[in-house]
Amino acid sequence: MINLGMASLRLYAGLVGCRSGSCARSLRTLSGMTVSQIDEEVAKLLELKVQLGGDEGRHQFTLKTAKGTRDYNPKQMAIREKVFNTIISCFKRHGAENIDTPVFELKETLTGKYGEDSKLIYDLKDQGGELLSLRYDLTVPFARYLAMNKVTNIKRYHIAKVYRRDNPAMTRGRYREFYQCDFDIAGQYDPMIPDAECLKIVHEILSELELGDFRIKVNDRRILDGMFAVCGVPDDKFRTICSTVDKLDKMSWEDVRSEMVKEKGLSEEAADQIGQYVSLQGGMDLAERLLQDAKMSQSKQACAGLTDMKQLFSYLQLFQVTDKVVFDLSLARGLDYYTGVIYEAILTQTGPVPVAAAQNGAGEKAEEGVSVGSVAGGGRYDGLVGMFDPKGRKVPCVGVSIGIERVFSIMEQKAEASAEKVRTTETQVMVASAQKNLLEERLRLTAELWNAGIKAEVMYKKNPKLLSQLQHCEDSGIPLVAILGEQELKDGVVKLRTVHSREEIDVSRAKLVEEIKRRTSDV
Amino acid sequence: PAAINTLGMASLRLCAGLAGHRSRLCVRSLRTLSGMTVSQIVEEVAKLLKLKAQIGGDEGKHQFTLKTAKGTRDYNPKQMAIRERVFNTIIRCFKRHGAEPMDTPVFELKETLTGKYGEDSKLIYDLKDQGGELLSLRYDLTVPFTRYLAMNKITNIKRYHIAKVYRRDNPAMTRGRYREFYQCDFDIAGQYDPMIPDAECLKIVHEILSELELGDFRIKVNDRRILDGMFAVCGVPDDKFRTICSTVDKLDKMSWEDVKSDMIGQYVSMQGGMDLAERLLQDAKMSQSKQAYLQLFQVTDKVVFDLSLARGLDYYTGVIYEAILTQNGPVNVAATQNGVEEKAEEGVSSMAGGGRYDGLVGMFDPKGRKVPCVGVSIERVFSIMEPTWPRQQQCAFPG
Repeated sequence: MINLGMASLRLYAGLVGCRSGSCARSLRTLSGMTVSQIDEEVAKLLELKVQLGGDEGRHQFTLKTAKGTRDYNPKQMAIREKVFNTIISCFKRHGAENIDTPVFELKETLTGKYGEDSKLIYDLKDQGGELLSLRYDLTVPFARYLAMNKVTNIKRYHIAKVYRRDNPAMTRGRYREFYQCDFDIAGQYDPMIPDAECLKIVHEILSELELGDFRIKVNDRRILDGMFAVCGVPDDKFRTICSTVDKLDKMSWEDVRSEMVKEKGLSEEAADQIGQYVSLQGGMDLAERLLQDAKMSQSKQACAGLTDMKQLFSYLQLFQVTDKVVFDLSLARGLDYYTGVIYEAILTQTGPVPVAAAQNGAGEKAEEGVSVGSVAGGGRYDGLVGMFDPKGRKVPCVGVSIGIERVFSIMEQKAEASAEKVRTTETQVMVASAQKNLLEERLRLTAELWNAGIKAEVMYKKNPKLLSQLQHCEDSGIPLVAILGEQELKDGVVKLRTVHSREEIDVSRAKLVEEIKRRTSDV
Repeated sequence: PAAINTLGMASLRLCAGLAGHRSRLCVRSLRTLSGMTVSQIVEEVAKLLKLKAQIGGDEGKHQFTLKTAKGTRDYNPKQMAIRERVFNTIIRCFKRHGAEPMDTPVFELKETLTGKYGEDSKLIYDLKDQGGELLSLRYDLTVPFTRYLAMNKITNIKRYHIAKVYRRDNPAMTRGRYREFYQCDFDIAGQYDPMIPDAECLKIVHEILSELELGDFRIKVNDRRILDGMFAVCGVPDDKFRTICSTVDKLDKMSWEDVKSDMIGQYVSMQGGMDLAERLLQDAKMSQSKQAYLQLFQVTDKVVFDLSLARGLDYYTGVIYEAILTQNGPVNVAATQNGVEEKAEEGVSSMAGGGRYDGLVGMFDPKGRKVPCVGVSIERVFSIMEPTWPRQQQCAFPG
């Protein structure tokens, strides 16, 4: 019992740190306690410990970010900023406005919009209020925004993080928290023109980011549905077969066919007929051929889609992007809400394909260098806003989402491989001194520079060594140093030193700001 | 039989409502209904309602309120334009002072946030346990920052981080308090000569609030050690210390009378300048050196020593500060003479806050290695900048 008492005492002392004046009291009463009273006390103390989150001052847990998420360090932020600037300037070039929405929506807003993918949605705990979920994409929040604000026409971009409880293959740049850059055009317009503009935007962005060669695969939900119908797929299996066909970029045809027949219950005959179509790729010519196809032309839906596809390609020719666009019947795009044209952009790795890898077959697709995953995707979704609008009023929409995490991974690899140093700060001047007791003077001068809008730093030491101050400039890429000294102060000048050339000149205090501005604008 | 028929009709209507136009099944149901017992009907209805809940209401029709979650809002293009301008001003200032940007995930492991926020912990949004790790939405940007420092074994960094944080407050949305809102954080981590980085943080607050041209402001400054000393002198028991700190922090929202009954009294109602620290105490030397730096940085015009400033968060260990907009220009002399009750009329809106927190990284580091930190967080700027707050539209549609 004494042991338990001592343990209890130590635990208690641990909990409240040094302010444990009352601990001595506890020990004295312990000798009078029964075993069950002790149990009760220990239980209470342990509960208190849990509340305090473990021993104060010591770690009790794994130091990590949540699975599938990551921090961005300053170097990565610098890359990210550059990428966003390129993308945003493209969106603005096309006249888009910017909006933002909350990171979580009412659970009911997201329910029923993502089909089979709904199980990947992060829910918030029911803490007594509304049921909430983290947004899965930026499209459904956009449709909710349109309906809520009764907007019928808008061209908007939205760059923000979305959340999916995937099993991420993080080495391939897939995360559970990741950025999307969305561009969407909402409104009733003449067919295919806004759709073509979306494809033009993908082409511009991927070209400007210089990620290497890419392809944009295009298809149409109506063509897919029509194809399924003429191949004998029952109506109620359309969506689920669509999801399976979508896996053709990750799985072999054999595996996809097997899933359709064994898991989804499709007849072997229907599966084989689908197999004949999904291997087809081409341009406007393919659309024309399919319009003539005996089986396909039986579907009104497919014909409508094919006619629009021809129209789309004619606009794409005018926009000068057909070099990278391919009409591909195997493109199915998992998400339920697409109603018309759908597209996906993939990077084709540059350089020679390793022969051994190519022989390994489709399972190794990534290693073949045929594709490293999609970097953009989108399509037309005319029915989504109507699902939110009280009167079911439709607002046709078409848009594209840039998969920016893949882009980041690639740019990060490039940066690492290149010798060029990426600066993480924009500081222009270090305010330094070689002598002691000049802290006040350094602070005074630094404040003057800040007040003049100059980016300046000063070391947080009363008497730093000149060498460490100069080293900091080298490490951070700071181009100039303003050096103060007793004599210079008396003479009313500051020594201005160029870091990379080590040249120094004396500049009058009064003209210092002007001189620094002149030099930094030259850069 | 009549009762069963009525129930049957109700069931039929329910069924038709659920299935919309695809209700060929319903006719069959009516025929078998005459053979069902009441309890069988009840069972059927329950099954149908469960199915309805699963499919989320009638497909193709809204069954719900068209709104954003409580305490959150969209930003339309006009608001985004304002936001972009505000962020550009703030980022420009951070960069002017040599800060590097960084970013962290929106949620952390629940255990990372546990035990860091004291009484405010109940305001944390948790994610549902869906079979994986237990997660919570970040409550601020400071704890993630210290987790990042410990994780990457960083001992020195000057960083800024602009992102949204999440608090299950009861938001007074008319005063611009939300459950999801932006914080713009600037922090300096590292062992340095005392007070220099602390003074630079205050300089940054001064620069930003001046450049945003929101009107006159004050930066209230205090020090946790002074508060500790003050409370010790006044006989506040150690185990009541943190609670009293939180209570004192509510002074700008509650009347003095309400706070007074737990409280120490006359020490907390003073505002003043340099002589206050000297009069009260032991860390006067510290405070004096900071004051000197503030003079060099030319910001003392707006800085005020305020002993009632307590800053609820547990992790502050040294200097603490809070910037408030004073609605009608410089503080009204009559108001200060009346005591704390008049504070609300001054138009208190807290725009920025921060302080020194030397113990937080050590809580994460496996060897308990300390990395001293000081920083400031700017928030709530948008609500001040938008003259009329657009009301979130609510459209409730009965099923």
